Amino acid sequence: MPTKPDTAAASTARDGAEAGEPLIEIEDLKVHFGLGGGGLSRLTGRGAGTVKAVDGVDLTLRKGEVLGLVGESGSGKTTLGRTLLGLNRPTGGHIRYRGLDLAGLSERRMRPMRRELQMVFQDPHASLNPVMDIRTAVGHPLEIHGLAASEEERDAKVVEALERVGLHPAEQFLDKYPSDLSGGQKQRAVLARAIIADPRLLVADEPISMLDMSVRAKILQLMLDLRDDLGLTFVYVTHDLASAKYFCDRIAIMYLGRIVELGTTDEVFAEPRHPYTRALLAAIPEPDPERAVTRNLPRGEVPDAARPPAGCSFHPRCAAALSACGWEARDLRTYLERRWLTLEPDDWARERDLLGDLTGLDTPGLLEAVLRPGRGGTAEDVLALLERLREEDADGEAPEPFWRGVTALELRDGAVRLAFAEPADPRLLPVAGAGTTVACHLHDPARSAAVPPQTPASA
Amino acid sequence: MSAHVTSPEPAPAGTADTSRPVLSVRDLRVWYGTPRGPVRAVDSVDFDVRPGETLGLVGESGCGKSTLGRGVLGLAPEGAAVDGEVNFRGTNLVSLSKKQLQELRGPELGLIFQEPMTRLNPLMRISEHFAETLKTHEPGLTKDQVRERALEALRGMGIPPSRYHNYPHEFSGGMRQRIMIALALVLRPAFVVADEPTTALDVLVEAQIIRILADLRRNFDTALVLITHNLGIVAEACDRVAVMYAGRIVEQGDAREVFARPQHPYTQELLRSTISLSTTGLHYIPGAPPDLVEPPTGCRFHPRCPKAMKVCAAVEPPDVLLNSGSTSACWHQAQNIAGAIPPEHATDGREPLALAEEISVADEA
Ligand SMILES: Nc1ncnc2c1ncn2[C@@H]1O[C@H](COP(=O)(O)OP(=O)(O)O)[C@@H](O)[C@H]1O
Ligand SMILES: Nc1ncnc2c1ncn2[C@@H]1O[C@H](COP(=O)(O)OP(=O)(O)O)[C@@H](O)[C@H]1O
Ligand code: SF4
Ligand code: SF4
Ligand SMILES: [Mg+2]
Ligand SMILES: [Mg+2]
Repeated sequence: MPTKPDTAAASTARDGAEAGEPLIEIEDLKVHFGLGGGGLSRLTGRGAGTVKAVDGVDLTLRKGEVLGLVGESGSGKTTLGRTLLGLNRPTGGHIRYRGLDLAGLSERRMRPMRRELQMVFQDPHASLNPVMDIRTAVGHPLEIHGLAASEEERDAKVVEALERVGLHPAEQFLDKYPSDLSGGQKQRAVLARAIIADPRLLVADEPISMLDMSVRAKILQLMLDLRDDLGLTFVYVTHDLASAKYFCDRIAIMYLGRIVELGTTDEVFAEPRHPYTRALLAAIPEPDPERAVTRNLPRGEVPDAARPPAGCSFHPRCAAALSACGWEARDLRTYLERRWLTLEPDDWARERDLLGDLTGLDTPGLLEAVLRPGRGGTAEDVLALLERLREEDADGEAPEPFWRGVTALELRDGAVRLAFAEPADPRLLPVAGAGTTVACHLHDPARSAAVPPQTPASA
Repeated sequence: MSAHVTSPEPAPAGTADTSRPVLSVRDLRVWYGTPRGPVRAVDSVDFDVRPGETLGLVGESGCGKSTLGRGVLGLAPEGAAVDGEVNFRGTNLVSLSKKQLQELRGPELGLIFQEPMTRLNPLMRISEHFAETLKTHEPGLTKDQVRERALEALRGMGIPPSRYHNYPHEFSGGMRQRIMIALALVLRPAFVVADEPTTALDVLVEAQIIRILADLRRNFDTALVLITHNLGIVAEACDRVAVMYAGRIVEQGDAREVFARPQHPYTQELLRSTISLSTTGLHYIPGAPPDLVEPPTGCRFHPRCPKAMKVCAAVEPPDVLLNSGSTSACWHQAQNIAGAIPPEHATDGREPLALAEEISVADEA
C-alpha cells in the first residue's frame, strides 16, 4: 500500500483513466442507535427504543466525484458520513475501501485510514479548539500520523495548506487563534486541516450552512478548486438543493435513514421522481420574482426516527401515496387533527365529543383502528361521520390519500373499526430508461400498473 | 388554499386605514459603546410600515438588522444609545420610559425570535402559556374567551385545537415556532418584528411557515418587519424590502421590483452572490462588511463596490427616490441630480475609483 496517495494520478481522476473507478463501496449499511429511555427521554419525548439512523444504504463512491447527500435533518446524512470515517460503528453491512471492510476494522487498524478519509463539520467555531493557534490546529493531522519530521517541515506544510485554502499570506495566520478569524476564515482553516495529510476522500457536512450568504459562494468555490487541484473525492452533505445542484456530480436524496432517490445531478434536477425530491425542490424560495411559481408543499415534518411510519416513511406527508404506502392508525388521528384546523370551534367541539379519546391510535404500526364513541354520540354516528368524510374527500380537487389505505370501515362490537392495507416498503429500484434509482411505489412497475395513475405533488 | 399546508382561507383585507403608516422611523441611530469607540450599528435609518404590510430586512450579518429590529421596539441593550424618532400612533417610542414601553410590548408591539424552545417554558402547557400572556395584557377576559382567542391564533398557525393542553416538548421544532408566532399574534399587536424566525428550521418547515406568514398578512392588520438572510423568502413573503449595509438602508422599495431590477450595487451584488437553482456560476462580494466603529468614508460600500467612482470614496450619496417608487443611496443614481455632486468633485468625481489594493481573503467575512 503506498504511504502517500499518488496525487498526480488522482488529479487526473475526473477525466483520466481512473475516473468512475470505485473508491468506496457501501453495502447494506446499517447504523442503529439504542435509546436509553430514562429521565431525559420524557423531556425529549423519546422513550427507549432504536433509532435506525442509517438503515440499509447501498452506495458506490467513484474516484474524483462529488456525491451529494441531501435531506432534511434526521435523515441520517451526518451518521452516514461519520460512519464512512469510522467515527460511528455500523451495526450491519460493509464499507469496502482498498480491499478492506472498514465496517469491521478495529480502532487500531482504522487509525491510519483516517489520514485518507477526512471530514469537515458544519460549525467551524466548534471544529477548532479555541486555545490552539492555527499553526498547531492545522498541523495536527501531521502530528497524529507522524508526517512531519521537524517543526520546520510541519510549518512549511501548514503554510502550504493555508495558502491552498486562500488564507494568504499564510504567515499572518499561523499565530492567530480561532477567535481572531471570521466564520469564513475559520472554515478555510478547517479545510486546510482536512487536506494537509493528502486525503483521498473529504466528507463535508453542511460546510457552508452556518456561514453568511455572501461567504457561502466563496467556500463552495474553494471546495471546487480543491476537488480539481487535489483530485479529491467529495461527499457533500447538505439540506440545500441549490448548492448541491451546483457542486455535485451525483445526488442521493435521503429520508429517515434511507436513500430514496439516486442519480446524476442533471437527471435528478431535470426529472425529479420521488415525491420527497419534488417537495424539497418546491421548498426552495426563488429570489427572482420572474421565476417564482406557486408551490405545493408537503404537510407535516420529518417524523421522530425512533417511531418511523410504517411502509414508506414519507407516506404521512406524501400527496401521491397509494394504498400500500404504509397507512396505519396514527394517520387517522393526524388526518382528523388536520381537518379540525378547518372547523369552527363549535363544530370541532362536537366532533371531539363524538370521537372521544384518540390517544389509543398513537401506537406505531397498528393496522387496525378501533374508535369507541365518546360522550357526544353513538358508534353509528362515528361511522356516519367517517363515511361522509371519505365521500367528501373523494370529490375534492386534492384527493386525500389517507383513504386509499383504508380497506375496511365498519361497525363492530359497538365501535367503529378501520383496517389498513398491508404496508409495503418501497425498494430502491432503477427507473426504466433512466440512470436514476428511486424508492417509491409509484415508480415500481410491478405496483403502479395496478393503481390509477396519480400525479405527485407538482414541483 | 394549497393542498398541503393548512392555512386560513384568504379573507377580505382588513378595514383599517392602510394608507397611513402604523410605524414611522426617522433618522434612527443605535450606537453601542465599546472601549474602541461607538459601534454605529444603526446609523440614520428611515422607513415606514403600513397596517398589514410585511417589510423584509436583508443584508449580510453585522449590518445592523437585529439592532434595528430591537431598537424600534425599545429593546436595545443596556448601554446602547438610541436617538431619532420611532413614531407609533402619534408617540415617539424613543422618548418613552422603560415602563411605558413595557406596557406597549405584547398588545401593541411584538417580537418573534429565532429559537422558540428558549422562549417556551418546558413545564407549562401551551394553554398555560396563552392564559398567562392574555391575562397579563387583557385581564378582563373570561376563561372561555382566553381559550377561544388562543385556539383561533393556534389554528391560524396550523396547530390543531386538540393539542392545546400539550407541553412544548410534545411538539416538533416547526410547531414550536408556530406556537411562538401564535403567542405573539394572539394579542393582535399592531406591529411585530420577526428576527430570522425560521433560520433554525428545516427547509420544508421554513417554507411552510413562510407560506403561513405570507397568508397572514392578508387576514390581519398587523404590520411585520421580517429579518432574514434568505432573499428568496423576502421575494415570497414580503410586500416591500429594505436592504441594509453597514448600519444604513441603502435600497428600499417594492419587493418584486427591487429583486427584479435592483438599483443599488450592494443589492445587485447580494442577489448575484446568492446560490439558487438558477445559479450557473459562483459570484461573491469580496471582503466583508466594515467595522462599524470606523466605517469607510463616503459611501460605506465603496471599498467592495465594483462600480465605485471617485466621488464615492469622498462624499456620502444621498437617498434618491426613483421612478419605480424605490429609494437608493448610490451616486450612480444621484449624479444626475443637479448640484448633488459637490463642486470639488464635479470634474473627476465620475471616474472609476482605482482601489488601493485588491481585497484579500484576509479581510473576508
Ligand atoms: N449518537 C446518537 N445516538 C442516538 N441517536 C442518534 C445519534 N446520532 C444521531 N442519532 C439520531 O439518528 C438520526 C439521524 O441523525 P443524523 O445522522 O444527525 O441526521 P442528519 O445529519 O441527516 O440530520 C436522528 O434521529 C438522530 O437523532
Ligand atoms: N451588544 C453589542 N455591543 C457592541 N456591539 C454590538 C452589540 N450587538 C451588536 N453589535 C455590533 O453591531 C453591529 C450590528 O450587529 P447586528 O445588529 O447583530 O447585525 P445583524 O443582525 O445584521 O447581523 C455588528 O458590528 C455587531 O458586532
Ligand atoms: S412510496 Fe412513493 S407514493 Fe408511496 S408514500 Fe412513498 S413516496 Fe409517496
Ligand atoms: S455610491 Fe458608489 S460605491 Fe456606493 S454603491 Fe454607489 S457606486 Fe458603489
Ligand atoms: Mg447532520
Ligand atoms: Mg441578526
